Amino acid sequence: MLIRRPPDIRYSEVTPKALYLRRREFIQTAAAATIGAAALAAWGGTAAHAQGSGRKLPNVRKSPFSTTEKLNSFDDVTGYNNFYEFGTEKDDPARNAHRLATSKWTVRVDGLVKTPKTYDLDEFIKPHALEERIYRLRCVEAWSMVVPWIGVPLADVIKRLEPQPGAKFVEFTTLLDMRQMPGQRVPVIEWPYVEGLRMDEAMHPLAILAVGLYGEVLPNQNGAPIRLVVPWKYGFKSIKSIVRIRFTDAQPRTAWAVSNPREYGFYSNVNPTVDHPRWSQATERRLGEFRRRKTEMFNGYGGQVAQLYAGMDLRRNY
Amino acid sequence: MRLFAFARRAIFGAALLPAASLIYWASTGDLTANPIDFITDTTGTTALVLLMLTLTVTPLRRVTGQNQLIKLRRMLGLLAFFYACLHLSTWVVLDWFFDFESMIADVIDRPFITLGMTTFLLLLSLAVTSTAGMIRRLGRRWQQVHRLVYLAAMTAVIHFWWVVKADFREPRLWALALSVLFGFRLWWAYQLRRT
Repeated sequence: MLIRRPPDIRYSEVTPKALYLRRREFIQTAAAATIGAAALAAWGGTAAHAQGSGRKLPNVRKSPFSTTEKLNSFDDVTGYNNFYEFGTEKDDPARNAHRLATSKWTVRVDGLVKTPKTYDLDEFIKPHALEERIYRLRCVEAWSMVVPWIGVPLADVIKRLEPQPGAKFVEFTTLLDMRQMPGQRVPVIEWPYVEGLRMDEAMHPLAILAVGLYGEVLPNQNGAPIRLVVPWKYGFKSIKSIVRIRFTDAQPRTAWAVSNPREYGFYSNVNPTVDHPRWSQATERRLGEFRRRKTEMFNGYGGQVAQLYAGMDLRRNY
Repeated sequence: MRLFAFARRAIFGAALLPAASLIYWASTGDLTANPIDFITDTTGTTALVLLMLTLTVTPLRRVTGQNQLIKLRRMLGLLAFFYACLHLSTWVVLDWFFDFESMIADVIDRPFITLGMTTFLLLLSLAVTSTAGMIRRLGRRWQQVHRLVYLAAMTAVIHFWWVVKADFREPRLWALALSVLFGFRLWWAYQLRRT
């Protein structure tokens, strides 16, 4: 008599034949996924964090011009920059700006000025007391941040330099040196970078020459050792790493206006009613926020600066 | 054959890497200071890369004589469409948060967004007609419809070109790549006519 013994393994535990026949594919898929995960880990591990200068600036006065809005983090301010001299990606400046040597910096002052002269940076800034100015920065690309700059009023510097009565504009020039600024090897715009202000704009108390931020010496990627900050204009007007200041009677040929005159004008005041040809300027994203916010006329500084442009057609003078 | 199946899976896995990376970086807080911009760039660029790879399949098949390569074409095309969907969703949900009034104004006023939307609609029509059933139903017309992929690739490259502010190196590279892919097809068509 044959007694049927139950099989050692129940049928439900047996791998289905279809799946069994596809075992190689399963292993291959798993292998592919593993390779993928490894590549992912290698890629993700490259994210870098921005470095500051680490040198504190002493005796900094507070200013009534500062906003009380929430500051953007040090990482945001020093890690997300448009500074094409170091590359056109936002993290390029933080990565490449260590090549810039700021220790023996000089600023050439010439044009329609009482005494043309080349100043050592120290000598240039020393006569003025440092102030902290917490300003909104609005980029033409429709993002914005709040930055605690440290600097001196541009008006005080200009008064000291004594421009001639014929001077109608101030022109600023960035360093030209492709060994220190590798981005200049690529002609994405005309080098060196040039910016300018009308004399009354330059004399406005909100305009400053910044030498620091967040209580310390300006990190290279933010335009060390000396840069302009004009908070009611799009960020690109605030030229970085200045080596020359020239007083002139003719409107300066500013870098972006030369590169694309239809899209960028000399004035470039923040203006939600005049769109950039390719994107709206009505709203902006404050870094760190999810929803867009409405862009304010003159970046919210209209109360102080609107009279500079009284009677001007800002659609034509964009 | 086994090698090809493996390659196919590897390509599929690799194509999902950018999306997986975004999820991973979101969890570690490494999506840069401007995450929405970064996600928009990453999904858009990946869609463009995959679209170009889709157009590389046929030339590669003709050059190598490996006809099984054709099996990659639909997969790559659908992956490109997948990233185009992510790209568009990023714009709708993260960038504008369903502010349809502003979005419609943007589509009308800004040529680069008009072209982006055009590209998406073209890819959508290709994706919905990519099933076996649709291939059967459309018969000869299927190939005519799917020639729209050439138009989609052109609008995609111009879309990218018009977003860029000053550094045109990358869009120029894509335009060059597209010209090579088109050039190959023109040359091939010319050879066929001669014989």
